[in-house]
Amino acid sequence: MAQIFAYILHKDGVVDDTALELAAAAKKIDAGATPNAIVVGAGDALDGVCNDMAASFGEVWKVANDALTYPDAEIVRNLLANILPADSTVLFAHEHLGMDLAPGLSVKLDAAFVPDVVDIEGADGSTLKLVRQEFGGAVSAHVNCDASQGAVMTIRPGVFAADESKSAGGQVVDKSAEAGDLAATRKFLEIVEAEAGDVDITKSEVLVSCGRGIEDEENLEIAFDLAKAMGADVSCSRPIVDAKWLPKARQVGTSGQTVKPKVYLACGISGSFQHMGGIKGNPFIVAINKNAKAPIFQVADVGIVTDMLDFLPELTEKIEEL
Amino acid sequence: MEILVCVKRVPDTSENEIELNGAGNDIDRDDLVYSVNEWDNYAVEEALQIVDKVGGSVTVISVGDDESEEVLRREMAMGADKGILLSDDAFENVDGRGIATILKAAVEKGNYDLIFTGAQADDGAAQVGGMLAAMLDVPFASLVNTIEVNGDKLKIGREIEGGNQEMYEIGLPCVLSIQTGINEPRYVGIRGIRKVASVEIPTLGAADLGLDAAAVGASAARVQRTDYFLPEMGDGAEILEGSTEEIIDKLVELLKAKGGLK
Repeated sequence: MAQIFAYILHKDGVVDDTALELAAAAKKIDAGATPNAIVVGAGDALDGVCNDMAASFGEVWKVANDALTYPDAEIVRNLLANILPADSTVLFAHEHLGMDLAPGLSVKLDAAFVPDVVDIEGADGSTLKLVRQEFGGAVSAHVNCDASQGAVMTIRPGVFAADESKSAGGQVVDKSAEAGDLAATRKFLEIVEAEAGDVDITKSEVLVSCGRGIEDEENLEIAFDLAKAMGADVSCSRPIVDAKWLPKARQVGTSGQTVKPKVYLACGISGSFQHMGGIKGNPFIVAINKNAKAPIFQVADVGIVTDMLDFLPELTEKIEEL
Repeated sequence: MEILVCVKRVPDTSENEIELNGAGNDIDRDDLVYSVNEWDNYAVEEALQIVDKVGGSVTVISVGDDESEEVLRREMAMGADKGILLSDDAFENVDGRGIATILKAAVEKGNYDLIFTGAQADDGAAQVGGMLAAMLDVPFASLVNTIEVNGDKLKIGREIEGGNQEMYEIGLPCVLSIQTGINEPRYVGIRGIRKVASVEIPTLGAADLGLDAAAVGASAARVQRTDYFLPEMGDGAEILEGSTEEIIDKLVELLKAKGGLK
């Protein structure tokens, strides 16, 4: 079996939650494998990250260079193509860096590529048996991946339970000298922080959140009316922000805000994993959606199969009478 | 600026409930409403806005069957100057790598400064743009949600977590995958569609592109979907049933109990 590598995300010396999820995913490919980690970066905090990871991976390949102070996908892709052995299986988290880096890496390594893997059923020789989702999570698919010439995969965050065993007793191996040219044709400029909104939904205890089911900008009024009656704030899913009906600061999801309310009313929201990834703290979730098959009903506590446009005004009226 | 936008015809998930067919090897495609992949539509709009500012032309291209022509025509009705359909029996059931290989061959027949894909399509893979850039050996950025043209360079923003943006300067030619929300795509009316109804859309097959059918087709695919299935539901939500009044009464009690009413 080829070696398995996990690319470790870290920031300011803190390892991302996905690191130990990738360790768990590697063991689902091959229970007997001791996966390796790759940690790239710069500065004093890097060694701490490497040492942390040595508890969970066989070897921790460290690449330290000032050019890696901010992980530009282009630079990291080139260095990985230089240091990875042929036929390796390489795991990334399916988030913005992995999406930027991994597809091109698979071409450079001439390896197979499977994005956004949600389950791993094992390996049959060099064929990996994987599970993905399509059509916004409406259906799952079994996928066979021929890894005989290597494989690059991105793993959906949060679907594998972190491997907390910390029993690998691994060692840090400095690969900095083998990284090659760390120049990039694209140039990182800066991070622009999100603009603050008129309401800070990350502090809201109760959210009335609306999605595509709102259908029209004018219908937002019924969500605001309900929120007012409940003493809640209004948040939304991505399509509402894309349509410019509400500001980005009100968007719940991985590319928007992470909220931790007590109660979350998901109205006309299908429940994509990117949206659910922005809801923490295990709130009581009520899903109101006219599509009985919407994925939101899998994760909600209570569901109502109805058109939010009819239901919300009636609910508002009832609450106002209390 | 010569801009190529790669587009895909997909089932419109906001118009359809996606269900499995009887055999479980595909979704039920009877009566599905198809449309252009939402991300691709934003990419076409962005290309049109850039050409409006700095001049040039926009070409839309799709790997698909004859029915993909309607999607190309729709994007031409938005204002794209030219459409190209890449279609061949050998292109059926290719994997993402195969799609990128076919597109690369078509790109090399043109002279494009900038190539767009949507950030992802119906399969949620988000792979073709990054692969295409690597094959062409040009710079790439994914999840692009702002573009500013400065001569032969672009200043772009990438969408990262928490509503933040990663800003880059990137040279031409390059490949960018476009995120939704980057602009407000223009409306396409029936009249616009009629205007381009008779414009000829060239179709190129494997031989026209100089591709070995065996090297790009399904037999070369290292990633293959074997079947579709419905995800296990877990416990799922407790569905409230009854008259609207009964449902509302139950819901109000639950909201009171969980601290949802103040």
